[in-house]
Amino acid sequence: MKPFAYHQPHQIPDAARLLTSVADSKLVAGGMTLIPTLKQRLASPPALVDLSRLGSLKGITDDGTTITIGAMTPHAVVAASKVVLTRIPGLAALASMIGDPAVRSRGTIGGSVANNDPAADYPAGVLGLGATIVTNTREIAADKFFLGLFETALEPGEIITAIRFPVPLKAGYAKFKAPASRYALVGVFVAKFAGGVRVAVTGAGPGVFRVPPMEEALSENFDPSAIAAIRIDAEGLTSDIHAEADYRAHLVTVMAKRAVDAALG
Amino acid sequence: MQISFTLNGRPTIVDVEPATLVAELLREQLHLTGTHIGCDTSQCGACVVHLDGLPVKSCTLLAPALDGATLLTIEGLQGAPGSNRMHPMQEAFREHHGLQCGFCTPGMLMTAVALATEKPDLTEADVRHGLEGNICRCTGYQNIIVSVMAGAAAMSAAKGE
Repeated sequence: MKPFAYHQPHQIPDAARLLTSVADSKLVAGGMTLIPTLKQRLASPPALVDLSRLGSLKGITDDGTTITIGAMTPHAVVAASKVVLTRIPGLAALASMIGDPAVRSRGTIGGSVANNDPAADYPAGVLGLGATIVTNTREIAADKFFLGLFETALEPGEIITAIRFPVPLKAGYAKFKAPASRYALVGVFVAKFAGGVRVAVTGAGPGVFRVPPMEEALSENFDPSAIAAIRIDAEGLTSDIHAEADYRAHLVTVMAKRAVDAALG
Repeated sequence: MQISFTLNGRPTIVDVEPATLVAELLREQLHLTGTHIGCDTSQCGACVVHLDGLPVKSCTLLAPALDGATLLTIEGLQGAPGSNRMHPMQEAFREHHGLQCGFCTPGMLMTAVALATEKPDLTEADVRHGLEGNICRCTGYQNIIVSVMAGAAAMSAAKGE
């Protein structure tokens, strides 16, 4: 790693100011992606702004129709949270499948969402539930937040403070993981609301995306059989050493069926 | 920068560069070489330590994160204080042949102790899921699983005494 300055602000405005005061400075939450990136010298920021001392970014609150999870809440806390296990068990299940126990101790929901790795789990949950990304300056709907490969709607100096999830009637997540990294080769999050069903896919393409034909079919009949015949186009999906695009396309249907099964629990 | 933390029960103050990894700090500056660096890419788990009671990979942890925290390394793992005995999980690994070359063992033990502390009645499925971040190239894992189950049972029994 190249040397960098290290800031540990206690207030969000201080963090935002530090982030923009020196060009190319980076935020560090749990560091589960950033630290490996620094070690490989894929990035060499002049300064890191550590969000861990911002107490207001931690914790989970039940607001009745929504659940709000602070950006610095680690995956292990979400996975074990009584509130999440009771109100959105599919989201707790997703958190319990991320990485390994050591990653879940450190990695945070805000970090995962801000990084928007195309194979990360949380973007599927956030988009699948139609969550709202709350930042220090505004609120962004999930549908407008994830823009593609590692790209989000966040502006320079903008810091995610929390994610607000509407509580669904049912929700489930299923993933086919790459055995070594435990990232999603394909992961599908399915959520049923009074107004319809949302289906979000991670791992398959350059960014998380929804599958409208599956959403329509599941809104009619929330059962795995409703989507068994729906195939998604492999065009534009990812081909790499782990899997070809047509295999990933096939897995989307398989994982979507399993996610519905999980939601029906 | 100066950081102060509790290391295996002792107050510790060190000067570090912010870009220092905890695994480096432990091994090269504090000479605690029980924490192993296997892959150095946060995959193998040989470097697992407990930060405020939680298992973390010290090769993917910046030293500033230690400031004000409590760190437990393999050197701090022990049986009942004053007993001069190994930790029940270590005893279980010896009894059930849960290691061959031993390189991964410090990380396996730290992960196993964290698992058993979080959930005393571990099932075999829990252990397999919980050890996903720890790689062993010798044993084929079977004896490690057996050891962790036995160690967890011994920890529960010791707690009940």
